Amino acid sequence: MISTLLLIVGMAAVTYPVRVGLWLGKGHIPHRLKQALAYVPTAVLTAIVVPTVLIQHDHLALDWRNAQLIGALVTGLIVWRTRHLLWGIGGGLVVFGLWQWLF
Amino acid sequence: MDNTVSDSANPGTVPAAGFWQGARDTLPMLVGAAPFGVIFGTLASTAGLQPWATMLMSILVYGGSSQFVGVTLLAAGASIPVIVATTLIVNLRHALYSATLMPHVQRIAKPMRAFMAWFLTDETFAIVYHKIDSGEPVRVASYYMGSASAMYGNWLFWTAVGIAIGHSVPGIAGWGLEFAMVATFVGIVVPLLKSRSQVAAALSAGAVAMLANGLPYKLGLMAAAFTGIAVGMAVASVEGKRA
Repeated sequence: MISTLLLIVGMAAVTYPVRVGLWLGKGHIPHRLKQALAYVPTAVLTAIVVPTVLIQHDHLALDWRNAQLIGALVTGLIVWRTRHLLWGIGGGLVVFGLWQWLF
Repeated sequence: MDNTVSDSANPGTVPAAGFWQGARDTLPMLVGAAPFGVIFGTLASTAGLQPWATMLMSILVYGGSSQFVGVTLLAAGASIPVIVATTLIVNLRHALYSATLMPHVQRIAKPMRAFMAWFLTDETFAIVYHKIDSGEPVRVASYYMGSASAMYGNWLFWTAVGIAIGHSVPGIAGWGLEFAMVATFVGIVVPLLKSRSQVAAALSAGAVAMLANGLPYKLGLMAAAFTGIAVGMAVASVEGKRA
């Protein structure tokens, strides 16, 4: 219970300052930091997604029966072509579910 | 931009968009966020988080992607410092949003700004920024809080629904619901890959994440994130020199 509280308070304690910091300070980020921030979403989200998708049950699963891989590719393709996030997520989920059911 | 009128100012003949308009403009985002709230609530239950803790996380952290990653890491047995550090990295993009909105909130009193910042999310940023950018008159603080209240209430409601489902549907842990997180992240990253430096950041982060996957405490994620940022900046600076 204590550790759960610690976890949640810890997560909140690193999230709120990022949101409020600039609005209470001088409202200016150093140039280098701003440059670095531009790569944060790409680097972090890719680092989370790639192993989640490619490693299944502790093994590299680089084949067409990997439902997560096919679903992720479908989402990527839809968003790339249509720029529509929700269609991409929905399409990926449908294909993922279908694949899991088929194989 | 001068269309941002303060709350006390007379908006003139055309009434400036306020609280209700902000809530109304956020409606499509509410529909989009609903399934993620449900899936988060469900995942948190299967990850072993108590209902009160799941609710508290939505109340205090209020950041969908970081909450998704948090409970996924929790289920994978990651330690608290690792989950907290990952949360920080996932939520760093909010600093960009607050920087972008800064010129438009400058005339709002600081305590109000501090309150508003609690609710800064991808969706509210997108709605508020789009409104300001349109050039239509808008009372920024009211409009922002309209959008924020709608998003916050919506997120808490659907989290609760997800908790109920997670506790009442047997075997839901095996459905692969965490794929919703994968799809969301892929959908966020793909439009970002507009330049060589962004592609290089993604490729290097992905490669390091795979190579370092065996490291304890999910340290591979940190290593991959920092590598991606460094490679992205390096490629951008080389390209900048060449241009």
